[in-house]
Amino acid sequence: MNITIASMTLRGLFGRRRFLLLLPLPLLVIGLAVLCEALNAKPEDWGGPVLGGLGLGITLPLMALIIGTGVLGAEIDDGTITHILAKPLPRSEIIISKLVVAILVTAVTVAPALGIAGLITGTASVGYGLAAGAAVGACAYSGLFVAMSMLTRRPVLLGLLYVLIWEGILGNVLSGTQKLSISAYVAAVADKIADSEILSGSLGVPLSLIMSAVFLVGGTLIAINRLRSFSVAGETS
Amino acid sequence: MTSVNVELANVSCWYGNVVAVNDVTMTLGPGVTGLLGPNGAGKTTLLHMMAGFLAPSRGTVQVGGQPTWRNPGVYRDLGLVSEREAAHGFLTARQFVEASAKLHKLPDPRAAAARALGLVEMTDAQDRRIETYSKGMRQRTRVAAALVHNPAVLLLDEPFNGMDPRQRLHMMDMLDELGRQGRTILFSSHILEEVEQVSGTVQVIVAGRLAASGDFRTIRRLMTNRPHVFTIHSSDDRRLAVALMAEESVAGVELDATGLTVRAGDYGTFTRALPKIATTSGVRVRRVLPADESLESVFSYLVAA
Repeated sequence: MNITIASMTLRGLFGRRRFLLLLPLPLLVIGLAVLCEALNAKPEDWGGPVLGGLGLGITLPLMALIIGTGVLGAEIDDGTITHILAKPLPRSEIIISKLVVAILVTAVTVAPALGIAGLITGTASVGYGLAAGAAVGACAYSGLFVAMSMLTRRPVLLGLLYVLIWEGILGNVLSGTQKLSISAYVAAVADKIADSEILSGSLGVPLSLIMSAVFLVGGTLIAINRLRSFSVAGETS
Repeated sequence: MTSVNVELANVSCWYGNVVAVNDVTMTLGPGVTGLLGPNGAGKTTLLHMMAGFLAPSRGTVQVGGQPTWRNPGVYRDLGLVSEREAAHGFLTARQFVEASAKLHKLPDPRAAAARALGLVEMTDAQDRRIETYSKGMRQRTRVAAALVHNPAVLLLDEPFNGMDPRQRLHMMDMLDELGRQGRTILFSSHILEEVEQVSGTVQVIVAGRLAASGDFRTIRRLMTNRPHVFTIHSSDDRRLAVALMAEESVAGVELDATGLTVRAGDYGTFTRALPKIATTSGVRVRRVLPADESLESVFSYLVAA
């Protein structure tokens, strides 16, 4: 972990409009929870779509996508990555520093907001479950999206396809796809801790935790290996 | 300063069917060397390979005896200023250069950054954010970041782009001084005059191949002695053609419907003689156009020479 890289990454991230535009998204989940509660709706009715659907299914992956691709992909796009790469640093140090920033920023921006929204249901365990699920998701999604930044020039597009098509559509139609769906792992962890009718998960918790670790560690190793062979586009002047 | 050489042995690089660099062998030692070539010649590809940002498709690239590809350790001896104007705009120059010093794990990053910024005359503006700088100031900041660890080898891709004449002069003096201190400096340029002012040694690259290598004055002489082609329009092209054939500096004249095409062996002698010849012959010259003055034609001539 390199503090200089982490602090530069953090400052770069907060300077990007795309990230700042998404920042209110977790607050929207809290706002909707407050509204539903104010309208005396039953948590069993609104909890699933608002907390599970919008919170864990959309807000968490979207924030993780923008942050995960922003910590590395944006620097590759604007060329500033060469400034960091032209240093005698192990490539693992660079990737781990950026990954830690991605995980922490995603977890800090999403987990507390979902936790608060969960508490509004009146069942504390729902809040804890959502926060824990968001933390697990922050790790797995960050591993995936940081690796995507190194594998493709269009990491945001590819990430969106994964979230919307693979997890969003195929996950609901073909149950087998859930085994490679981070949102299914997140739902399983949140459901287990919440122990309530509000959230539902279909996978086992041990499998979800193992697969989340596979996404995190696998993504990290792929990103490190790709960064070792990072080529600057062959523009000739 | 311990001298460190940059060595390229039979280096080629291709992208699919396009050969960007073709079998280049060169050794760069202490002092300033200019990498000269027209746009698209392969200068940046060559620099990227030297900097470890591109794998050679064939051959070896070494700095101080170590391969540059997949070897971050070479950056202890190597500084790079790439052509692309990339710097973290949200940082001030001081923060940016200090960050470089920290990433190099220097014992006193603040002092190293202050020294490097002083070298490029950026001390006064060092606390402004880089995004507020002119192109020249950004370039100098990036040079400071590349120099912060006092590297033995400095590679610069088109370093004078965007600089005003005073900044150019300062940068040229600085490179000259760094070269004299025993550093191996290589900078690329497509502008002949830049290379002429800074370096005694040049490597000329044309269409991916090393076309000429060595002392600049010798190469320059080759370039200036090449035949120059002029297109001339006058009140009587035929009479002027006859008169021009008697002029010693004229190597050939061609007359057609569009006017006269004259090949002159020496640019200066011919351009001085032309008005006198025209006056003596009673011909009015309406237009004189040098037909082959583009840099590409100069390089093409060099390749053919």
